Amino acid sequence: MKKLLLTNQAIAQGAYESGVRVVSSYPGTPSTEITEAVAKYNEVYAEWAPNEKVALEVGIGASIAGARAMVCMKHVGLNVAADPLFTIAYSGVNGGLVIVVADDPGMHSSQNEQDSRFYARSAHIPMVEPADSQEAKDYVGFALDFSEKYDTPVILRTTTRIAHSQSFVEIGERQEYPLRPYVKDVSKYTMMPSSAKGRHIVVEARENKIKEVAETLEINKVIYKDKKLGVICAGAIYQYVEEALPHASIYKLGMVYPLPIQSLKRFASEVDECIVIEELEPFIENQLKANGVNVKGKDIFSLQGEITVATIREKMCGEKAVKGVDAPVRPPIMCAGCPHRGVFYILNKLRCVVNADIGCYTLGAQAPLSSVDTVICMGASVGMAHGFRKANKDAKNVAVIGDSTFIHSGITGLINAVYNKSAMTLIILDNSTTGMTGHQEHPGTGKTLQGDITSKLDLYQICKACGVEKIDVVDPYDLVNVERLVKENMARQEVCVIIAKRECELLKKGAKPYCKVEDCKNCGLCLRIGCPAIAKTDKGVKIDKSLCVGVDCGLCIKVCPFNSIKDAREDN
Amino acid sequence: MNILIVGVGGQGTLLTSKVLGKYAELAGFDCKLSEVHGMAQRGGSVVTHVRFGKKVYSPIIWEGGADIILAFEKLEAFRYQNYLKESGVMVINDMEIYPMPVIIGAAVYPDTIKDSLSGKVKTAFINAAEIAIKAGNIKALNIVMVGALTKMLGFDFDKMSQAVTESVPPKFLDVNQKALLDGYNSIG
Repeated sequence: MKKLLLTNQAIAQGAYESGVRVVSSYPGTPSTEITEAVAKYNEVYAEWAPNEKVALEVGIGASIAGARAMVCMKHVGLNVAADPLFTIAYSGVNGGLVIVVADDPGMHSSQNEQDSRFYARSAHIPMVEPADSQEAKDYVGFALDFSEKYDTPVILRTTTRIAHSQSFVEIGERQEYPLRPYVKDVSKYTMMPSSAKGRHIVVEARENKIKEVAETLEINKVIYKDKKLGVICAGAIYQYVEEALPHASIYKLGMVYPLPIQSLKRFASEVDECIVIEELEPFIENQLKANGVNVKGKDIFSLQGEITVATIREKMCGEKAVKGVDAPVRPPIMCAGCPHRGVFYILNKLRCVVNADIGCYTLGAQAPLSSVDTVICMGASVGMAHGFRKANKDAKNVAVIGDSTFIHSGITGLINAVYNKSAMTLIILDNSTTGMTGHQEHPGTGKTLQGDITSKLDLYQICKACGVEKIDVVDPYDLVNVERLVKENMARQEVCVIIAKRECELLKKGAKPYCKVEDCKNCGLCLRIGCPAIAKTDKGVKIDKSLCVGVDCGLCIKVCPFNSIKDAREDN
Repeated sequence: MNILIVGVGGQGTLLTSKVLGKYAELAGFDCKLSEVHGMAQRGGSVVTHVRFGKKVYSPIIWEGGADIILAFEKLEAFRYQNYLKESGVMVINDMEIYPMPVIIGAAVYPDTIKDSLSGKVKTAFINAAEIAIKAGNIKALNIVMVGALTKMLGFDFDKMSQAVTESVPPKFLDVNQKALLDGYNSIG
């Protein structure tokens, strides 16, 4: 039976069919839906881990215990998981282990566009890259077999355009793989210098073997057409090349590391001109050039952003892409009624330097709130705010982080700040979910991936245990108290935490009240909260009642100096 | 067939692509869909690509490659017009949602979109929200748009109707079927 499936769902289906028993992940666009889809199979244990490092360690544990395992993350998550990654390459596996990493060229929803293929090369781990949903499903099975055959973890890489596209997939049955026996082996699984030295030799020998194997792998395909032009590519780019250059011969790589150098060399010699088309870094191109293969690549295509059918036609055929028109931009914004809004309104009003973090609240950087100064990576807000204060004890800065991100990697930063006698304020925006990636559970929500009730991490007690003495819990809609607490804490010479607690507005169900405008003086103050439900007109502001959440939020009512905005329920 | 669906995050464009994907499946075509998740969804400009035919490679439509743009909002139709083929058509929901730069007065919402687009390509402006409300639920706006597209491109109505049946929850089926028909009939 064929079914249209999102590649991320196809990866989940592949894990199911290939007998995977354990999946652990942390949400991250564009990888999140894989684990959400896996959660629906009763035969597979699946979980959200607090971060990618833990997720990979869970996967490694399951693999060494003898099960087939999969862990999933976005590209920047692999940085967090890099520590276990480099050493599991030494230990190898027992049950097959596949690590799915989703890159985001063009940065649709990321803070950088790093090229994760370099991890495969530096950690000496084979990497496969599918070009559609069917291949994604098939490559999961391939990766697990390969992992067990060559005693190595395997990385499956996707990019946004593959992860978030749907195409037809042949649905199959699950094949069970019995738990492999665990046998104690200190020389393989206990990585201390005496055993790791031996394993490093194994790693290099394994990689040399896989390089040989790659030369004849079925997932590396040559499609001969006109031999004037040959293109070497993988993943989404293969699909674009078929569309843009229908006559070109193509070497489609299924395994992007290690490369089948000899076979690629032959291909390059068989065509008049050979080009590597790849997004981001010249990963394939430089390896070929280092091996004396005459190819072109980044002298034609950009190192930045996505490649499209139109850019390939433009660069290779001289056809100019149709240019876009000038239109007002429509950036993503905080939703109407978003509880984060009140905090950012106050931070902007107080002109604080805001060390922010990764999540919906990164949108506090957008006008008119414009209150975010720095964003680097998950958890960085806490460490950075501490560093800011140590560099300049008079700095007027605060750290802002979400609940899921705080649990992911903010807690160690807080421990550090208290331990090193910092004087900083941390605001935890606790909306009881992982918002930006689409509302995933985490240890602080009290529910598992499957929605089962579990122990709920108490953020107040965590901060207390870190040694913070001044902890306040406040409703972020309560502008008076948010302002009072921020001012008060910034004057103190100790680490203070404000937990701004209110559920994500999108999780609320049922009919909503709304606000109405009467006798507006058109002063524009309510526009400073940046609520998408409020729009300026010549006659004063108007409120879109389909978006407004009403007096519960009521930020516009609070900031209006003329009492022109009211709770619409007063009519009833 | 290349269909570009554009709109504002939260407008329900994903159900539209699901129905069109189902239609392609029922009609026996190869099909690829591509959508955007994550940050771009939060009230930002969103684009969904639907492609079907004998064999589809790229999941993404390129500039100058769309047979039709199905726009859930006027400014988004304006923004993505360069994706349309010269012979392409547009179905546009006659609705304005102001982006934040317009709300705060940093940019102006263009007031000539209708004339500008109608002067270049074949367009149909419909009031999808009003049609959906008449059909019984404003949320069926996306299916009204599918109905209009079905007429505009001469697709098989019965197959599209079946695609809707297979894509929406049973309790909303009647409303959505009415929305499909009313959307279809809204195109003269």
